[in-house]
Amino acid sequence: MEITTRSLWTLIHGMGFGALYLLAGSGAIAFLYQRFSADAPAAPSPGKDHLLGIYLAVMAALAWLTVLTGTYIIYPWYRAAPPKGTTSLGDYPRSLLLSNPATSQWHLIGMEWKEHVAWLVPIAITAAAVVVIRYARDLKYHPQLRVALHGFIVLSLFAAGIAGFFGAMLDKNAPVEGGQTVQLVQGEKQ
Amino acid sequence: MSTQNTIPRHDSALVPNGPGAAAILAAGIGSFAVAVLTVAADKSALVKNLLAIYKPTGALSGVTTASIVVWLAAWAILEWRWQKKNVSLRSINIVAFALLGLSLLLTFPPLGDLL
Repeated sequence: MEITTRSLWTLIHGMGFGALYLLAGSGAIAFLYQRFSADAPAAPSPGKDHLLGIYLAVMAALAWLTVLTGTYIIYPWYRAAPPKGTTSLGDYPRSLLLSNPATSQWHLIGMEWKEHVAWLVPIAITAAAVVVIRYARDLKYHPQLRVALHGFIVLSLFAAGIAGFFGAMLDKNAPVEGGQTVQLVQGEKQ
Repeated sequence: MSTQNTIPRHDSALVPNGPGAAAILAAGIGSFAVAVLTVAADKSALVKNLLAIYKPTGALSGVTTASIVVWLAAWAILEWRWQKKNVSLRSINIVAFALLGLSLLLTFPPLGDLL
């Protein structure tokens, strides 16, 4: 069982940081709702407020790790131009997609949207995390801040969903491959 | 026996909403900067070249770096102005969500191409 270093980074970026962010997002909405719903206890333990702040801070860290690995590690491999005379475009995903009208829109719409919209996620969730950490228990006195928090988390999930969907489809149509091979498990000849 | 523990800690908000509003509006401004610079780089070869501060990543490096600078600068300025104030958070929310919504739309290439 082997994997290339580029595939490994793609996994870390998408299935690791990105997927964890998406999973954590629904938890954050539930957490926020439970904490501030009408039937929530009037004076919950301060630990719960701290936990929500820590939860959102971890989400922010995941969002930053996702966009930074995507932009500065994987994207350069994706967009590298093939040398003149290259016949096999397997190591050049962007060129491979653009070489075929049936796949070119995956780059022209999919990647072009994904690479930019993904950056809205860390901006929105960092703001949400800072607000929760800063206000903590006082948030219950600021209904409009809670509206903003819910909205930011939902919007960040929507943007992350767009990026995740196109990331998966791009990887299906033109995976980022290459680099050194890492052997995960040594198999036996059958 | 002291009754202090049964008295609510706050009767009204102690922390003004200004710092929260600053974070919310600055995030809207930062997101909108991503969208504006994306469209600008797409429309102008000069802007695209100027934004390619890290060649392997191309203009995306400049679009995102500049947007983060705009976001953090806006946040610092708004925080400084609103630190001890209560502001109209409803209006701030409307503006911030409008900016975030526009950013989602403008980064969508078929819509960005219409400009």
